[in-house]
Amino acid sequence: MTQQLITDAQNTWCPGCGNFAIQHAIKDVILRLESEGIPREMIVLVAGIGCHAKMADYLNINSLYTLHGRAVSFATGICMTNPDLHVICCLGDGDTYAEGIAHLLFAAKRNVNMTVLVHNNRVYGLTGGQVTPTSPTGYHGKSNPYESTEISFNPLSLLLSAGCSFVARGYTQRQKELTELIYAGIKHSGFSCIDILQICATFMNKTKEYDEQTYIPDDHDPEDFDAACRLVREYPYTTSGKIALGVVYREKREVFHVGTPYKQQEYSNTELFVRRFIDGRR
Amino acid sequence: MNECSVLIGGKAGDGINVAGQIIARIFTSLGYYVYMYYDYPSLIRGGHNFSMIRACTHPVGAYRSEIDILLAMDPTTLRRHQTKCKPDALIIYNSDTVQSDTGSGVPLKTIVEQNKGLAIMENTAMIGALASALGMEWDAIASIITHEMRKSTEKNLDIARAAFQLQAEKKELRRIGESPGILISGNEAVSLGLLSAGLNGYIAYPMSPSSGILHFLAASSHETGIQVFHPESEIAVITIAEGMAYAGAKAAVGTSGGGFCLMTEALSMAGMAEIPLTVILAQRSGPSTGTPTYTAQSDLHFAIHAGHGDFPRFVFAPGDSQQAFEWAGHALSLSWQFQVPSILMTDKTLAEGLYTVPPEFLQAHPPDSVLVTEVREEYRRYQDTDDGISPYASPPLSGAVIKGNSKSHDERGMSVDEAAPISAMTLKQMKKIRFMEEAVSQLNPVHISGNADSDVCLISWGSNAPLCREAAQTLGIKSIQPIVIHPFPEQEMHAAVKDSAMTFLLEDNYSGQLADICEAHGISINIRLPRFDGRPCTIDQLIENLRGAY
Repeated sequence: MTQQLITDAQNTWCPGCGNFAIQHAIKDVILRLESEGIPREMIVLVAGIGCHAKMADYLNINSLYTLHGRAVSFATGICMTNPDLHVICCLGDGDTYAEGIAHLLFAAKRNVNMTVLVHNNRVYGLTGGQVTPTSPTGYHGKSNPYESTEISFNPLSLLLSAGCSFVARGYTQRQKELTELIYAGIKHSGFSCIDILQICATFMNKTKEYDEQTYIPDDHDPEDFDAACRLVREYPYTTSGKIALGVVYREKREVFHVGTPYKQQEYSNTELFVRRFIDGRR
Repeated sequence: MNECSVLIGGKAGDGINVAGQIIARIFTSLGYYVYMYYDYPSLIRGGHNFSMIRACTHPVGAYRSEIDILLAMDPTTLRRHQTKCKPDALIIYNSDTVQSDTGSGVPLKTIVEQNKGLAIMENTAMIGALASALGMEWDAIASIITHEMRKSTEKNLDIARAAFQLQAEKKELRRIGESPGILISGNEAVSLGLLSAGLNGYIAYPMSPSSGILHFLAASSHETGIQVFHPESEIAVITIAEGMAYAGAKAAVGTSGGGFCLMTEALSMAGMAEIPLTVILAQRSGPSTGTPTYTAQSDLHFAIHAGHGDFPRFVFAPGDSQQAFEWAGHALSLSWQFQVPSILMTDKTLAEGLYTVPPEFLQAHPPDSVLVTEVREEYRRYQDTDDGISPYASPPLSGAVIKGNSKSHDERGMSVDEAAPISAMTLKQMKKIRFMEEAVSQLNPVHISGNADSDVCLISWGSNAPLCREAAQTLGIKSIQPIVIHPFPEQEMHAAVKDSAMTFLLEDNYSGQLADICEAHGISINIRLPRFDGRPCTIDQLIENLRGAY
């Protein structure tokens, strides 16, 4: 059973959905990691709730299919408990930029050692095309048929402000580059977040726009924070502007850790402490 | 005197809680059981704080309406509590700030200044005066001060000695023997119980009255080695803890009602994904923010029903520090044995109250390993079994794919929409309930005391249990305390009330939440004794209420 990376679950993504590209990119990265000697059981996929989250059913690897918006927080618990695991979070834009924004920013601030892939199709797909934090101004879904004056979040800008130590942007129609980005994110020590511009074939097909506007900058230094800030300002998630792909920013920073992970804990230490405490109160 | 109630009061920041603990320590050194209740408003400096310390010849967990000794650090204490003094009560007051016609004035401020001490050391002077009034030898009180005040010990001793020598008026309490046990708060007992059962991690966001557990476990984490973390919200708390449990670590979380509200979606996920998790729910008065530092027992229905959907869970309600230690351990172990959430309910009275517990009653229940470490056949996280308990593995496990899932799922953990696997998984999960009931019935889920032959029963839960135990003993009636609330120990409760002619139920909520549960299980409650003012009932009030009622 473990040989196949794709499960026998019936795939229910729409034809043309950008999720297929992300699925295959993850699959290729897992195969590459395996060829480097990282066994598959060392990888854990954590998913939120939405179209993206079906990845947990479709990939035949360890997974925790969690709650809308909370995947990063569950993943934080996994990372704390077993720092040797490679934890990949598949999240949606409604999922993590709306419901779960606090967890995302805090995980970035803490530099928890996980790789976050945001399937940013800029719309709620599974619930019927409602507006998300990265929907462009002027977008009307079923929940905002009349008003749409809000500006869009610039998630890369937010992540940079939160202290994210690896910020990148990918695009589902540039699969080779996307695969490289995911691999680089996993290899990064600390919190890596890749905002993936994803086509929603049903509600938000921006293929033409993205094909025309995306580019890979050839002279960007991802270790230059100010340059990274300038680069992400080129595209404020409206409809116009150049969209840079690739690693926007990376830095080396101490990885989040708390106390002793449970496998290194000794029960005798807690037991001794309890006895010492009780004796101290006598 | 064969028992003694002391009230020490002052401003927030005066160290009234610590002073109370030292007074409690004095009483245990004289051979008495002690209970301390600490009353404080939600502020950092100023206001009025007081500790009530009651010493008895029998185990105790309730305070009296009247005071034998009033220790007034400030004028407010005298003004607010003088009316509660018995006619022969001793009042010791800070004569530098308090005017009084009666009692002994001790110039606490002057004594501290003469010894170049800090203002907070006025407490030490007051304790020196109290020790003298109780008729203690100087060496005995000096030894306690040395033990309790590890910083500036010499200065504290000088200050205490000055007041000890000045205090002339006596209210003697004779020494009756060796110390009957150690003093331990409910929050400390919960912490130690969890540690004894093999806790690997504690995640919490500060919220009164549960924060004591977080502070205790964080401070001791460098010795215990466990992981203690305070993240951005209660939602993060419970989801991090569940991530830890998925990865194999025994995790607990602690909060009060408002924080528990935020945790409920993830609690429901623990039900669906069968993630073991222990929630410490330290109740305070609600609804909403309520009164943060005052007591209540109004979250019982909520704890039993929290989270959407149907799923098995445990709800336990220990009544004192000894039970809190024991049941915190059971809560953690049983949640792992059955892969269900367990909720341990305390309340402000228990969490921040101080109780005397004989140390031999604080026995560890070392953890059993429940994790699968080897794959023989295809691993299925939610495999159906005779008792509904599936093999629990955490990654990495070579040859296994471990899929935890918050959605309806099949045995492998793959999401399903079809009718048959949905109902099959529900049946598998619910199969556990019978075995959970059997497991708790082995653990004395209902505590009975007082006169077991009486046909008058006084039922209570949580921190009211020691109060009701004492009232039942005094009145010659039967006290019944269900420690396991859910699954309801129906057989044991029916047996306990079998010959009852009159049944009372005291609880700190308006509607009678345990009373409703009892009645739903066919146990009639004749008289409900609700209380909802944020304060625990005194033993005298309870006895008076009961005497007039049957």
